Amino acid sequence: MGFLKRPFLAFLALAALGLIVNFGFNAYIQLIVLFILVNCLLSMSLNLVNGYTGQFSLGHAGFMAIGAYFTAFTSSKIHFLPDSLQLLEFFVFIFGAGLAAALAGFIVGLPSLRLKGDYLAIVTLGFGEIIRVALLNMDFLGGPRGYSGIPSFGPFMVSFLFASVWILICFFTIWRIVHSSHGRGFLSVREDEIAAEAMGINTTEMKVKAFVLSSFFAGVAGGLFAHFTAFISPSSFTFLQSVNAVIMVVLGGMGSMTGAIVAAVLITALPELLRPLQDLTGIDLRMVIYSLALILMMILRPQGLFGGYELTDLWRKYVRRSA
Amino acid sequence: MSAVLLEARNITMQFGGLKAVDSLQFQVKKGQLAGLIGPNGAGKTTVFNMLTGVYQPTHGEVFLDGQSLSGLRPYEISHLGITRTFQNIRLFKGLNVLENVLIAAHQHVQYGLLDTLLQTKRFKSSEQSLRSKVIDLLHIFNLEKKALEPASSLPYGEQRKLEIVRALATDPKIILLDEPAAGMNHSETHQLMETIAKIRSQFNLTVLLIEHDMKLVMGICENIAVLDHGVKIEEGAPSVIQNSAKVIEAYLGVEDEA
Repeated sequence: MGFLKRPFLAFLALAALGLIVNFGFNAYIQLIVLFILVNCLLSMSLNLVNGYTGQFSLGHAGFMAIGAYFTAFTSSKIHFLPDSLQLLEFFVFIFGAGLAAALAGFIVGLPSLRLKGDYLAIVTLGFGEIIRVALLNMDFLGGPRGYSGIPSFGPFMVSFLFASVWILICFFTIWRIVHSSHGRGFLSVREDEIAAEAMGINTTEMKVKAFVLSSFFAGVAGGLFAHFTAFISPSSFTFLQSVNAVIMVVLGGMGSMTGAIVAAVLITALPELLRPLQDLTGIDLRMVIYSLALILMMILRPQGLFGGYELTDLWRKYVRRSA
Repeated sequence: MSAVLLEARNITMQFGGLKAVDSLQFQVKKGQLAGLIGPNGAGKTTVFNMLTGVYQPTHGEVFLDGQSLSGLRPYEISHLGITRTFQNIRLFKGLNVLENVLIAAHQHVQYGLLDTLLQTKRFKSSEQSLRSKVIDLLHIFNLEKKALEPASSLPYGEQRKLEIVRALATDPKIILLDEPAAGMNHSETHQLMETIAKIRSQFNLTVLLIEHDMKLVMGICENIAVLDHGVKIEEGAPSVIQNSAKVIEAYLGVEDEA
């Protein structure tokens, strides 16, 4: 079981972090922390497509919505395990949410990944909007009124650990794939498709694989989101949410997983951290500062915070230097 | 007489009203070092693109070892054993030298996604053997010390060499070199000639190259086809080509009688 060693250590670290938040902060902060976890999943999964494989997807909210509605519907309608095992049941439903989103990703990806750059962005954008409008018109899912009464995981710590498990599954799955021959296939597609094909890489297969895996984790993120808020509506999954995911990937640095995580934390926390400023001045400066920060970022460091490097690279550099 | 490895049977490539290559017919025999030459715009690179599946010929077919390549995608053709380098270097610029070559070895990777996720022994040992195989390849071109440098940081000549190493990592039957000596000086070109001859015998390869450097072509090629305006005007041993009136005409024009 050597492959579980690092994930387990990481889980312990996350659990410690969860305990601090659990006892040190109020429910408002705790909810933000949970949203940070959801956004981490989103940015890590989108990074696989936009960062590593060099495609441009703008429809992540659509996959998230599929996952969210899948979880909402199944977890409030179906019970196949005793109450004591309800968390396991939720785990199965969220896995199902991922699969549903992955299936959608496959259906959208297969034809549209033959398109390049801007065209793919437009197709995925359209997909996201179609999902949203379709949900608006589905009465059994609540239509524009949304879907409420989604069961909660329980107290903060349970939610946190539950989400942490998914974060780690996502992180280590993508990390390991990227650091294998399959992942190098993704990178080759980003770098030069013609050369990749000539070197025997099936570029279509690589793109579809990356897209499907990315959709899976977006669906998972949606599922967690549904449980955390207990209420979802089509307006939770607008185009803006997709753009937000792209911003996180770009800000963190295309093709940097740790960058995607750091950016997700910043993007989620920043507007909330700036809230006291509003109380102080009486004007809502949050979005002004937020957008200024992004503009400055793009001027001063267009390659993103990490620019394709990982936190571990810095660590290695530092250790080597001091050794 | 050795067997035919690669055969182009009447291949034509038409872009709108332009016939870039017109009913080209030629064969490359197993183990041969063949050359494809011609003035600028003669259609040489178009021929390479048809042989590797980047373009589907408008008419005609390409055969490798007797198997038709019609309708196959470039990666499938690569799996069958045709590999190439590019005239205007197409390395994976953002990746390091090692990764560039590892990507080409992907088709020989033995482990699956599950091995990757569970970090099995098979994953670890085949990654390791893959790496040592790639380092050995880099060694041939003295690139092993630069394995971890970004491909884009290499000097031009070494980038060309890296393209050849990368192509070799696919374990090809035939390698198509598109102007391997472009931009190289005299001594570099000479070195390259030796290396091409060396890899051919070491890897039991067949080589087809496009080149402008006549010294290189005449020095190492056993059979040369000359292309002009998409049509093959001459084919034969270097001595035949050097004395062909048609070739001299294509390159230098007709002598004015007046």
